[in-house]
Amino acid sequence: MLRRHGTPLHPTKVAALGARTAAMICDGRPGQAATALVAAHFTDPDLLVEAVELLRGAPSQEGDPAGAFAAAWAIALRERTLRQQETIRTAADVARREAEQALHASEARFRALFEHAAVGIGVGSVDGEILAANRSLLEMFGARLEDLRGRAVTDLVHPEDTPEIWHAYEDLIGGRRESFQCDKPYYRKDGQVVWTHLTVSLIRDEDGTPRYQVAMLEDITDRYRLQERLHHQATHDPLTGLPNRAAFFERLEELFAKAPPGAHFGLCYIDLDRFKIVNDSLGHATGDQLLVEVAGRLATALGPLGHTVARLGGDEFVVLLEHCGGEHDAVAAARTVLGALREPILIDGHKLAVGASVGVLERPVGTITPGAAVRAADLTLYRAKEAGGARWTLYDARTNAEAVSRYTVSVRMPMALDRGEFFLEYQPLCSLADGSLTAVEALVRWRHPLLGTLGPDEFVPAAEETGLILPLGRWILSQACAQGADWQRRYGQRAPQVNVNITARQARSKGLIADIGRILADTGLEPGLLQLEITESTALGPRDESLRVLNALVDRGITLAVDDFGTGWSNLAYLRDLPLSGLKLSSSFIAEPSAEPVPDSDVAWRIIGGLADLSRSLGLTLTAEGVETRETAERLRALGCDWGQGWHFGRPVTPEQLEELFLANPQKGTNSIKPS
Amino acid sequence: MAHHTWQTWSPSWVDLETPNAARVYDYYLGGSHNFEADRRMARQAMEQWPDLPKIMQANRAFLRRSVQYLAARGFTRFLDIGSGIPTLGPVHEVARELQPEAQVVYVDRDPVAVAHSQLMLEEDPLCRVVQADVTEPDELLAQPDVAALLEPGEPVALLLVAVLHFVPDELHPHAQVARLRDALPPGSAMVLCHACREGRPDQVGPHQDIYARTRTPLTMRGHAEIGRFFDGFTLVDPGLVYLTQWRPDSPEAVGPHPERLPGLVGVGLLP
Repeated sequence: MLRRHGTPLHPTKVAALGARTAAMICDGRPGQAATALVAAHFTDPDLLVEAVELLRGAPSQEGDPAGAFAAAWAIALRERTLRQQETIRTAADVARREAEQALHASEARFRALFEHAAVGIGVGSVDGEILAANRSLLEMFGARLEDLRGRAVTDLVHPEDTPEIWHAYEDLIGGRRESFQCDKPYYRKDGQVVWTHLTVSLIRDEDGTPRYQVAMLEDITDRYRLQERLHHQATHDPLTGLPNRAAFFERLEELFAKAPPGAHFGLCYIDLDRFKIVNDSLGHATGDQLLVEVAGRLATALGPLGHTVARLGGDEFVVLLEHCGGEHDAVAAARTVLGALREPILIDGHKLAVGASVGVLERPVGTITPGAAVRAADLTLYRAKEAGGARWTLYDARTNAEAVSRYTVSVRMPMALDRGEFFLEYQPLCSLADGSLTAVEALVRWRHPLLGTLGPDEFVPAAEETGLILPLGRWILSQACAQGADWQRRYGQRAPQVNVNITARQARSKGLIADIGRILADTGLEPGLLQLEITESTALGPRDESLRVLNALVDRGITLAVDDFGTGWSNLAYLRDLPLSGLKLSSSFIAEPSAEPVPDSDVAWRIIGGLADLSRSLGLTLTAEGVETRETAERLRALGCDWGQGWHFGRPVTPEQLEELFLANPQKGTNSIKPS
Repeated sequence: MAHHTWQTWSPSWVDLETPNAARVYDYYLGGSHNFEADRRMARQAMEQWPDLPKIMQANRAFLRRSVQYLAARGFTRFLDIGSGIPTLGPVHEVARELQPEAQVVYVDRDPVAVAHSQLMLEEDPLCRVVQADVTEPDELLAQPDVAALLEPGEPVALLLVAVLHFVPDELHPHAQVARLRDALPPGSAMVLCHACREGRPDQVGPHQDIYARTRTPLTMRGHAEIGRFFDGFTLVDPGLVYLTQWRPDSPEAVGPHPERLPGLVGVGLLP
């Protein structure tokens, strides 16, 4: 019976137990037998049933062994059950306590991590309420937990926040992104600003619903300040602390890029009048102190008006008016500058009266480049200087143009030639008899990077003054001759004569003969296809040298014409001395057909007729410049002029465009007058 | 003491409202180390499969016979993984009948079972109780008490009795057993008991459904799959057989239908 119920136990154990319980029952201790069976895990109710039946059927004994066995079995089983329940409860309690301790330990670790982390950590709800902040964050904000807890994350705005930061924030708490990073400033409790590198992450629950936002902040104030300082150093003048040239141009370019249409800006270009004297007589240290003082006065006087004061270098300062209501605003700023510097400056016991000159420019944004604007203001300043200083002058377009020309030539032209900024255009000269293209005049142009394309009138006079005309003139000659030689190869007899202007300085240069000789040799141009145009002033200049040069050139087969004839003090003597082939009549002789009767016009035409007679008798080709209409061309032809030049025949164009014109008008009359 | 490493960030919570395999097993064996949730589930399972208590008793009897067999062969070290609440014939008692100095390390992942075993074994200097999970063999082997038991010198009997069918396929039980095997000293043994599909195919689905509600869902496996757990071992006679067929105490103990108690068992030895 026991064996059936006790399979988990070893058979010998079961047998021993059976013998022991049988002995107990025989001894009249059925209760003990039941207790022993329960203790040995024999708790199956079926076993009780079988045991009771066996005891009832056994030979009679004292009392009721079956009842005693059953009662003892029930008691033992109850005791055992209660004991086991207590054990398992205790085990559960122990396990639970340990789990709680472990959880506490884990929580404590997390809390320690949170509290002692070097980065600032803040936890917020998705509604934007700040729930927790660690020590680093509180230190960073100079705040207590009470100051932050319960506040809205969105309260922590700073004017320098970019809109992107808060867009990213909205996306995050809306569950549309998991995290974002940015650099963001915050106000500390004491009002100071702390710059942080911020990482915000979204925490979702098991279902994926957004629950919390966690912000990690790294204090980058020092790094930010260093960057600021480096930027300040890069953009500020170390002596005066004012924005430097780079920063000023950056500001100006930004203004030009962002200003609304029609906005005006103003510039005051300032130069101290007697700074050099101070520097030379009292030394650089005093000069530097003076500059610092001037900078301070300018900043104090103009800063509050919203204007930017910058130091461009040396004793040059500039004031930028970003919002300028008109000339009067710019002039008012210039007066403020002069007013600020009127009182003498006291340095080391020296009372230094340094006046200033101011060039004032006021223009609509977009009508001028930043570089040209500053140059224009600078050139305007020089007019104030020339007028004696201690004053302002207002920008004037015409005087500026003249000044620009000088300026650009002296400053930039040497580089311009190397950089290939010059190019030639060609204007046709046509026979008045049949309209055929007989010659072209090479005209130099300067593709100036800031000023746009400049004509020869704008820079050649200055080049002449400085001597830069010599290399430039050589370049023009070689270019024009190469072009002429190309046409000569391609069109043969029909190739046009090429006219090149030379200045007085070139004409006096002995090198010209060698230059032209070399150029003709290099290009292969027939000397007869090259005509040099000189002005009357060249012809009238110091005679000895240029006469020799020009004669030598003509001896080589090159022809010579006088340009702008009739504008100078026309000393006809040179018609005798110079080996000329042609005259070019100034366009000022050509009266335009006008609705108003011009009293002198008849006289002008009669002079042209007389000059035509003179030219014919001297064997010179007479070219009329400035021919703008067919009527004028016809009248000039009737008066005996040979060739015409002007918009009626064609403007200065590129070689390619000129070829089109040439090919469209192919018949070069054999009877056309061509200098030999 | 349950050993909590620093890495234990979130300790498993003690939940008495969900049935637990160890306590359900205790109830099948007629014990009272269980709670209402365990009993409710056990009753429901027994209603559907009245043989369950017999199966558990047979399992317990196999454990006894296998431990007796190994102790008789000289094994003194036992690693019982998935030991549960070992009230009925615990390994150390059975082993010490032949090897009085036998050491046993009991391992279970259920904190209540572990606490219970600790209460039972507080006074026993040769027994240790460790909370660990067979599905994380590296951590299990790193437990100091386990590592000490596996120190070279003596072969170890690894007991995986009625535990691997609580490891689902996606946790790669074969790889985990291989990891444990590789940590055993030469000459060690493995005792395995695993619920199988072939004996009572009609019960496989419903029975797994009942366990699906517990934290230890049941995966019954086929003969070949179970046999593969012995890769690297040499099975001792009679090989991989039904519970009552393994070295019975007497021929009649096998019973007429050993497949009605569908647990496959075997003992393997390492070279």
